[in-house]
Amino acid sequence: MNNRLINWFKFASPQSFYPLAGRLWPWFAALAAIFCLAGLWLGFFVAPTDAQQGEGYRIIFVHVAASWMSMFIYCVIAFWAAIGIVFNTRLSGMMTSALAPTGALFAFLSLWTGALWGKPMWGAWWVWDARLTSELILFFLYLGFIALTAAIDDPRRADRAGAILALVGVVNIPVIYFSVKWWNTLHQGASVSLTRAPSMAQTMLWGMLLMALAFWMYAIAIALYRVRVIILERERHTTWVADLPEIKA
Amino acid sequence: MSALWAVIRRDLLLAMRRKSEVLTALFFFAIVSSLFPLGIGPEPDMLRKIAPGVLWVGALLAAMLSLNRLFAADHQDGTLEQMALSPTPLALLVSSKVLAHWLVSGLPLVLLAPVLGLQFDLSPRSLAVLMISLLLGTPLLSLIGAIGAALTLGIRGGGVLLSLLVLPLYVPALIFGAGAVEADISGLGAGGHLSLLAALTVLAGFFAPWAATAALRIALE
Repeated sequence: MNNRLINWFKFASPQSFYPLAGRLWPWFAALAAIFCLAGLWLGFFVAPTDAQQGEGYRIIFVHVAASWMSMFIYCVIAFWAAIGIVFNTRLSGMMTSALAPTGALFAFLSLWTGALWGKPMWGAWWVWDARLTSELILFFLYLGFIALTAAIDDPRRADRAGAILALVGVVNIPVIYFSVKWWNTLHQGASVSLTRAPSMAQTMLWGMLLMALAFWMYAIAIALYRVRVIILERERHTTWVADLPEIKA
Repeated sequence: MSALWAVIRRDLLLAMRRKSEVLTALFFFAIVSSLFPLGIGPEPDMLRKIAPGVLWVGALLAAMLSLNRLFAADHQDGTLEQMALSPTPLALLVSSKVLAHWLVSGLPLVLLAPVLGLQFDLSPRSLAVLMISLLLGTPLLSLIGAIGAALTLGIRGGGVLLSLLVLPLYVPALIFGAGAVEADISGLGAGGHLSLLAALTVLAGFFAPWAATAALRIALE
């Protein structure tokens, strides 16, 4: 048990995490590609046409997965932020700044595909509905996080300021969600819920879950890739970076 | 306790010596909310409908204007470092600074709001609800704003960044505050909205000074 703890903390140092991330990210990228192909194939060719929405509903396979990931990544950022504040580890701050652009991308993707879906279904690109609005605010929170960490020159200070902002944000997300929900709602009910049987065809559900997995794997792969770049950038004055074969070459 | 009073008195005194800052925010509130009827048109029905939102957004922006001065001057002349070193917990000193900030920039907005509400043809009852909602909500704005002000302390272009950080977090205050007035106008009763707003203010009153203190310590090191 004791050994295992030590092993976990071993990877908290950028020096030992750098090669680990380098070994892992191609695997996650490959998984992302496989899940994405399977999900798209299921979504476009196998899943039946929706009785009410026709073919247009197929954007659900990107839209729902992107929304899930945008929310999930914010929680992961908050998790690393908390770890960074508690243990004062450098790597956690690097993880938060590596994850933030991907989360913002997913939030934007979710809004964009939502608009494309909304136009034929509701007849409007945008409606002020609870989930759309809270997704938009989540996007703003991501932008605020990225802008704050980018505005502070000292990376350690930037990490810690960003960590506080992420924690304040994650506390606020439920408050924002419920306030917006009581404010107005006309979105269709949640398509997948944990408490009752899903109201959609099994193949649709599988397609959606596969796409969510694909996005998840993509997020891990790109975050690991980006954290490698951040490590190199911040640790460029150290000898271990100078000794890396790819730097020497 | 005496330290807290000293901080509040000092901040109020400083604000009184530089009245223009307080007045600027008030005039901003008045001008912004007077622009809306000019842009939208003078129909009383329409104005009554948009009044809660417009007045609340105006108050929110006006309260935000003075946020970056909350800690900036004390940071520049080193007062903040002395506060961090003092035996009184920094979080308590921060709370009293926030309270002073609210007395200077939040309370005047509450008092001015009913006058501006008259421009929008609000009934006396709705004006009272508007005042209560602002009275409960503006401390929340100051508290959340303090976190943003502490995070952006000493950063280039901090003012614009501050609005980017703080405005998304202001959404619940805006919804419940404007919602209370709206509910009263439509005859639903504002009690629920006001209770939620008060709950948020109490929660923020407990947690926000703590988060702002953590952010200040980062800025001070």
